[in-house]
Amino acid sequence: MSSELRYTANTQLEHLHARYTGTGHADLTKYEWLTHQHRDTLASIVGHPTLTSYLAIADGEAIGRTKFEMTERMLQPCGPPPKKDED
Amino acid sequence: MHLYNLTLQHPTAIVQAIVGNFSGARQQEIIISHGTRLELLRPDPQTGKVATVIATDVFGSIRSLAAFRLTGGTKDYAIVGSDSGRIVILDYDPKTSSFVKLHQETYGKSGARRIVPGQYLATDPKGRSVMISSMEKSKLVYILNRDAAANLTISSPLEAHKNSAIIHHIVGVDVGFENPMFAALEVDYSESDQDPTGEAFKNAEKMLTYYELDLGLNHVVRKWSEPTDPRANLLVQVPGGQLASSDRFDGPSGVLVCCENHIIYRHMDAPQHRIPIPRRSNPLEDPNRGIIITAAVMHKMKGAFFFLLQSEDGDLFKVTIDHEDEEVKAVKIKYFDTVPVASSLCILKSGFLFVASEFGNQYLYQFQKLGDDDDEPEFSSTSNPSFGMADPSTPLPRAYFRPRPLDNLAVADEIESLDPILDSKVMNLLPNSDTPQIFAACGRGARSTLRTLRHGLEVEESVSSDLPGIPNAVWTTKKKEDDEYDSYIILSFVNGTLVLSIGETIEEVQDTGFLSSAPTLAVQQIGADALLQVHPQGIRHVLSDRRVNEWRVPQGKTIVTATTNKRQVVVALSSAELVYFELDLDGQLNEYQDRKAMGSTVLALSIGEVPDGRQRTPYLAVGCEDQTVRIISLDPDSTLETISLQALTAPPSSICIADMLDASINKSQPTMFVNIGLQNGVLLRTVLDPINGQLTDTRTRFLGTRPIRLVRVRIQKNPAILALSSRSWLNYTHQNLMHFTPIIFDNLDYAWSFSAELSPEGLIGISGSVLRIFQIPKLGMKLKQDSIPLSYTPRKFITHPTNQFFYLIEGDHRVLGDAAVASKLAKLREEGRKIDEEVINLPPEVFGRPRAPAGSWGSCIRIIDPIKAKTVNVLHLEENESAFSLAIVPFSARGGDLHLVVGTAVDTTLSPRSCTTGYLRTYKFNEDGTDLELLHKTETDDVPLSVMAFQGRLVAGVGKALRIYDIGKKKLLRKVENKSFGSAIVSLNTQGSRILVGDMQESITFAVYKAPENRLLIFADDYQPRWVSATAMVDYNTVVAGDRFGNIFVNRLDAKVSEQVDDDPTGAGILHEKGILMGAPHKTSMIAHFHVGDLVTSIHKVSLVAGGREVLLYTGIHGTIGVLVPFVSKEDVDFISTLEQHMRTEQSSLVGRDQLSWRGYYVPVKAVIDGDLCETFARLPASKQSAIAGELDRTVGEVLKKLEQLRVTASGF
Repeated sequence: MSSELRYTANTQLEHLHARYTGTGHADLTKYEWLTHQHRDTLASIVGHPTLTSYLAIADGEAIGRTKFEMTERMLQPCGPPPKKDED
Repeated sequence: MHLYNLTLQHPTAIVQAIVGNFSGARQQEIIISHGTRLELLRPDPQTGKVATVIATDVFGSIRSLAAFRLTGGTKDYAIVGSDSGRIVILDYDPKTSSFVKLHQETYGKSGARRIVPGQYLATDPKGRSVMISSMEKSKLVYILNRDAAANLTISSPLEAHKNSAIIHHIVGVDVGFENPMFAALEVDYSESDQDPTGEAFKNAEKMLTYYELDLGLNHVVRKWSEPTDPRANLLVQVPGGQLASSDRFDGPSGVLVCCENHIIYRHMDAPQHRIPIPRRSNPLEDPNRGIIITAAVMHKMKGAFFFLLQSEDGDLFKVTIDHEDEEVKAVKIKYFDTVPVASSLCILKSGFLFVASEFGNQYLYQFQKLGDDDDEPEFSSTSNPSFGMADPSTPLPRAYFRPRPLDNLAVADEIESLDPILDSKVMNLLPNSDTPQIFAACGRGARSTLRTLRHGLEVEESVSSDLPGIPNAVWTTKKKEDDEYDSYIILSFVNGTLVLSIGETIEEVQDTGFLSSAPTLAVQQIGADALLQVHPQGIRHVLSDRRVNEWRVPQGKTIVTATTNKRQVVVALSSAELVYFELDLDGQLNEYQDRKAMGSTVLALSIGEVPDGRQRTPYLAVGCEDQTVRIISLDPDSTLETISLQALTAPPSSICIADMLDASINKSQPTMFVNIGLQNGVLLRTVLDPINGQLTDTRTRFLGTRPIRLVRVRIQKNPAILALSSRSWLNYTHQNLMHFTPIIFDNLDYAWSFSAELSPEGLIGISGSVLRIFQIPKLGMKLKQDSIPLSYTPRKFITHPTNQFFYLIEGDHRVLGDAAVASKLAKLREEGRKIDEEVINLPPEVFGRPRAPAGSWGSCIRIIDPIKAKTVNVLHLEENESAFSLAIVPFSARGGDLHLVVGTAVDTTLSPRSCTTGYLRTYKFNEDGTDLELLHKTETDDVPLSVMAFQGRLVAGVGKALRIYDIGKKKLLRKVENKSFGSAIVSLNTQGSRILVGDMQESITFAVYKAPENRLLIFADDYQPRWVSATAMVDYNTVVAGDRFGNIFVNRLDAKVSEQVDDDPTGAGILHEKGILMGAPHKTSMIAHFHVGDLVTSIHKVSLVAGGREVLLYTGIHGTIGVLVPFVSKEDVDFISTLEQHMRTEQSSLVGRDQLSWRGYYVPVKAVIDGDLCETFARLPASKQSAIAGELDRTVGEVLKKLEQLRVTASGF
């Protein structure tokens, strides 16, 4: 890392995190990472017409319903977050 | 290895459809997105038929489409949201018949990402702005306007982002000419992400938010945000705003929020109205299941508007809003009709409803009435307290309707769609066919079909009648030049001629002036009102007053062949002389003073039509027995001089000169083609240079085994050529490009155009002694489809090695099977419930089967006779059992007797995959395979997703385990097992003792069975995880597979490893080798990779043309059929890949996606050339074509020829 970057990296990183939801960082917990992964996956499924067709056929639902349920699942794809330690 | 990817059948699934006046004319058009392709449809309001105007590949994935019109404009534009990270505005240019990219604004990364907009589009109803949104957070608003020159302009984007908000839907709010407003349905997840108790998640509110674009401040503000129903999924725009001319309001404005089980009308500072979504009054209905609206359309008429909303069962509901100015009095809903579940609904002003069904055929319906005054129950928001919003969290009282057959709509047209193709086989089963057919298991639920696809044009026969003898030839002719329809049919027999007149009936006539005692060689309506007959002894010129001028052949000679047009006649005599006649201005036929001696017997002659405004066509083509074709001048300055000569490989049998438009050669004018049919069944197509008469750009094609006969006909007002050999072919222009397609019809001996009142665009032909009149209804449809209906979604099918039957398994999740329905009904009857028989007996292919909760299955095994196109037998599976795999196994323990093994599972749930028990059902074939006898069922612990015959035994993939079974008396006996596969085995292939295992997530693994030690060992796998969806073995060491993300790839095992494994008798070596990367000791290498853009459902290694090379044919879930063709020479690879590079720079994608990054969506393209891109070379402007051809050191013709050759030799298409 060049010296110039070393000073600006932190502010840039914060900026990046604010701008690009889902970007990881050093203190990312397993739960956060997994939730991001699931949300990315679900968004990708809804965004690819062939994948929604595929899932809709397998599940025996209308494509509209499959998309809706996928979007609903994005709210909390991996259950509630783990309890934080007291300290 | 290098492959050439070519799509034979483009995807037919419609992801979205929009309606508008895209060409700027009064007529409305529909633009449909096939996911990777845009198509413009034009429904004809008179006939109610839908025609494709243009279809283009976009080399990207289209995620959303919206139409908009600038205020005061007459033309609609299309906005496309795609995975390119760019917003694109398209204009349809009717002059060039193409989409023109007006604007392309980049805003983000490419790919269908969570926070990159493109998923949703909403336009302001007045066409002033557009909002493009992603699944989460990002929303961008662009302002649309006109500049001084009335060109469309687009602003830089304004952000309306909201962090950690999941967006369900957006829509433009109709506010008239106030500041544009957009409504969004959003859920914030930041609180539920922080709350470990799950309380915040439970109470998460779905917000309906209005975003206002302040045109004065050039800024977007969050205007209003209110919680709405947590199960809302869709917003529908409600008309609003005031007319400029009057004080009247168009509507109350606001949105309909479609939720599970009800619909809420909402607007800022206005009371809400809630109405239930009516449910089917079906006793089998699952009362716990919610219903959502999946498609909606709003239609404005003069002074009124209504909505058609479609539920996920396909029921259409008409919603109306009673309002006084901006105040809503009541919202009402009633059942309208039931149509297939749609991805988009479009209402046309001409009274049609286009239903882009999400699976299967698409329909155009005509409105018969609007359901205004029928006795269908109507449900109003006023019948509940506070307009149904007294307690928003409790459901409304349920509303019921009786489903019934169509009442308000009538089918006007049906567009065939293969989507989804779930499995396929390629084989030549039909009699009298020299090319294989594709059998595709298509469709979903009760609308499923097994389709036989044959390459060729469909024919509609209108008349077929027996003749007294076998005619040699047939013609039709008008009496006068300006007649609309033909008057006579002339049939030539060996010893005479028969003339039939066309009227109310077709009957023989005598007094036509035609000679009936001799065969006929040519018939022509000549001059203004005369007729001409050429017979072996002379030429009869029949004038309108029935006087006959006859030219007689000199003694001892006969006419052998003749060619005619409106003003010219050329005959060839048996003495190898040509005699030329031309009509003078008085209508007299004059012989040219000289006769031309050809020196070799003339076999065929042809002249083109007289060009408009000219006296004559200047060229005559003469085919001689000495295997040459000469072009002879008919110009007055050089009459009958030979201009050019072409040598042939066989004597010609027929020649046909025709002027046809082919945009790849000349965009503005028809090109003069000389088609030469040879006696050995080869057709040569050459281009005749109109200036110097030279023949260039020769293309050859093998048509069939018989000498070719060529006939110039007119199809849809354009010239076309019928080529008759052992198959009949049609050469025609469609969407400005030349096509050459076989006709699926009996062999024809001769044919001619036929035009009468009943069939203005027909053809007449003779096959044997039968006269047939037919037409070709659908040009451009290269695959003829014949369907066999199925009961449930087809899963897989196989062919029997000895009989011709197909064995097919079907299964549907979340439905009640026939047996379950019967038992449930019996139970209800026992309870004394009254059952509405009419509702129970509604056809499932329209209304679907009764829905059931997850884990319920309906399934059957079906035996199909593909030749007779019918179902032979059906075996229903009961007790919630569903079939997932099947194989025909010659068990060596039973002397190689064939058995059918079907892998089934009971009470299967999909996610996580589980079942109470799996079964391997073993059946014996009875009565020549038309019946199956269950021998025994073998329990398994997981779903057997794949089974296959292997060395006289059965190998089954049961969940993660690969097992070999042998047949026993009461069960299949497990012999050996390997449980170390990744997730679930979905495909199996074998050669020798090698088994290729396709895993659901972990790509393809090579395993080997070592019989001496009874070991099943894995010895090689893939570096990459792959979600395998279909596989096929290319050779012993090579496998081709498709994955769930639309990739197709080829993996190859090192030959040394392969040998080493085969040489190890016990497998001890493999057993003790060290694994690499926590996997098998050896890795396969990827040698080709390509993103086809459709989810590959089956792959076959087949040869599509008789004697042709083997290609890899694949099918996709959206209805794609494509081939991967191996290149034969390095030169071809270099040439085509250089062409591809040039095409990449010249042909930019319509959605702004980079072609190379699209084809390398997940993994960079490797060793595959995009044929679809290369073929767009034909559509490039001439200057660009010649520039590219120049770079390649070729002529444009050579490039086009090469592309055509690649297509034809590989696929015959």
